[in-house]
Amino acid sequence: MADNVKPRVRVPKTASAGEVITIKTLISHQMESGQRKDKEGNVIPRSIINHFSVTFNGAPVIDVEMEPAISTNPYFEFEAKVPESGEFVFRWQDDDGSVYEDKQSIEVS
Amino acid sequence: MKIDRRDVLVSGASAAALGILPWAALAQDAEPAKTLDELIAEFTGGVEATEGEGITLDAPEIAENGNTVPISVEAEGASEILVLAPGNPVLPVATFKFGELAGKRAASTRIRLAQTQDVTAVAKLADGKFVRTAANVKVTIGGCGG
Amino acid sequence: MTTTIRLNPRAAMASVFALVLSLPAMAETEPETTDPIVINGGEIELPTAVPAPDHLEGAFDQVYSGWLFRDSETQAMQLDDFENPGMIFVDQGIDDWNTIEGEAGKSCASCHEGIESMKGVRAVMPKVNAEGELWSMEDYINDCRTNRMQAEALDWNGDRMKNMTAAISVQSRGMPMDVAIDGPAKPYWEQGKEMYYTRYGQLELACANCHEDHYGDWIRADHLSQGMTNGFPVYRLKQAALVSQHNRFRGCIRDTRGETFAMGSDEFRALELYVASRGNGLPVEGVSVRH
Repeated sequence: MADNVKPRVRVPKTASAGEVITIKTLISHQMESGQRKDKEGNVIPRSIINHFSVTFNGAPVIDVEMEPAISTNPYFEFEAKVPESGEFVFRWQDDDGSVYEDKQSIEVS
Repeated sequence: MKIDRRDVLVSGASAAALGILPWAALAQDAEPAKTLDELIAEFTGGVEATEGEGITLDAPEIAENGNTVPISVEAEGASEILVLAPGNPVLPVATFKFGELAGKRAASTRIRLAQTQDVTAVAKLADGKFVRTAANVKVTIGGCGG
Repeated sequence: MTTTIRLNPRAAMASVFALVLSLPAMAETEPETTDPIVINGGEIELPTAVPAPDHLEGAFDQVYSGWLFRDSETQAMQLDDFENPGMIFVDQGIDDWNTIEGEAGKSCASCHEGIESMKGVRAVMPKVNAEGELWSMEDYINDCRTNRMQAEALDWNGDRMKNMTAAISVQSRGMPMDVAIDGPAKPYWEQGKEMYYTRYGQLELACANCHEDHYGDWIRADHLSQGMTNGFPVYRLKQAALVSQHNRFRGCIRDTRGETFAMGSDEFRALELYVASRGNGLPVEGVSVRH
C-alpha cells in the first residue's frame, strides 16, 4: 500500500427523493507516472490509482479508468441521483493491488 | 560564490524533473504509443465521431502549471466519455463511465499536461453515436525554476 | 480565464536576465482588484490587501496576498476547503496531533488538548524563545517532540512536519500576521533585512529585486508576487505537495544560481522573520494554494 493514502469525500447529509446531488472526492496519492527518472537516471516505476468507482445501495453511479495523467492527489467531482436513503461506497484501486474505501450515508426525506 | 556547471544544469532541470522534459525524452524509449486517431477509433469501434455538438470540455486557456490542470466534461445522454491528451507521452487520461444513478453525464478532475496541446474528449451516446470536441490548453513555464 | 493583474505581453518573452537588465527599477504593477478571498461560500473572508507596516515606508503603501497574482483556476482551488488539496494534509497533521508517540507516552493533545488551542500561534511565528533564540514553528514542534514526548525530531522538510505546520497554521486562519520585530527579535530582524536586500548568485538577485521592485510584472510566463509568506505552508501545484517557507527560500536562492542556505538554518530563520514582518497585517492564509 502506498504511504499515507487518505480519502476525503463530500456528500450532503440529506436530500429529497430523486434529488441530484454534487459529490466531491479527493485522495492523497503520489500518482507516480512511470515517466520520471530519479537522480541516477533510473525510471521511477509507475504507481498510480488506476480505477475509481462509486455505487449507491449497490447501483453504479460513476466508474473512472484512471491513467498516469491524473494529477497527484486525484480529485473528482460528479453528480448522483438519490432515489432513497442509503449509502455511497467509494473505492479507489491502486496499481499495487490495494483498495481504499470510504462510505457515506445520506438521509432522503 | 562557488558554482559548478553541473549544479547549475541540475538546478535548472530539477523542476522539469517533476513533469515536462522527462515525459518527452522517455516517450521515445517505450514502444510506440498509439496515435490519437487510433485511440479514438478503438473507443468508437471505427464509427466516425461528429465534431462539436452534444459534448463540452471545459479547460483553462492557459494553465499556470501543467501538473494540475482542472478540466470538466459533459455530454448529455452519454454512457462513457474518454479524455485524451495528444501531447502527453501516454495519451489516455481517463474514461468516465456513467451508471444508472449518475445525476448528470458530467465529471470534473485535475490532469497533467506535458505541453501545450488540444485536450480531446469523445463521448459515446445512448443511441450508439459518438461525439468529440477539443480544448486548447497552453501550458506555461513558471518563472521560478520552470 | 481571467487574471486580476495588468499584463505586459511583450515582457512575456523576456528571460530572467533580460527582465532584470531591461526593465527600470520600481516597475511594479499594482493589482487591478483586491477582492477578498471568500472561502467555503462566505464562511471565511480573507483580505488580500492591507496597509503596509510602518517599517516598509518608502517601499510599499499596500501589501498584497500572493493569491492576487495567480490565475483564476489556481485562485479557485483556495475558495473551498474541499477543493484545496492542502487540506488533506491538514487532516493528516490532525491525526498526528492526536497520536501518542515517544518514551513519555504522550501525543501533542496530551498537553495541548485540541489543536484549536494553537489558534494565534502561526500569526506570531517565527518568535524568539525563552532563551533568546529565534525559533520557527518547526523548532517549537521538535522541541515538544524531543523534550516532552521524548520522540524523534521530525525532518524539517518531511511530510509529517509539513502536515503538522499546516494543521497548526490553519487554526489561525484569518488572524493578521503580527510577528514581533523589536526587543530580543531586533537583531534577527536586522539580519533578515540585510539578507533581503543582498544580491545572491550568478544572477545577482536580491529578494527585493523581484518581490519589491517588480511585483506584478512578468517573469517568463509568470507573475511575480510581493513574496509574502502569510499563505505558508502552501500547497504548490508545481510540487503537488505542501511547501514550507524555508523550502521556498531555498528555491528562490537556487534560482539566482547561488549556493543556498539549508532549511532550518539560522539564516533562513532570520529571513523568515523579516519576510513575515513585511506581511504584518495580512491574514494567515495557510494552507493557501499557489502554482
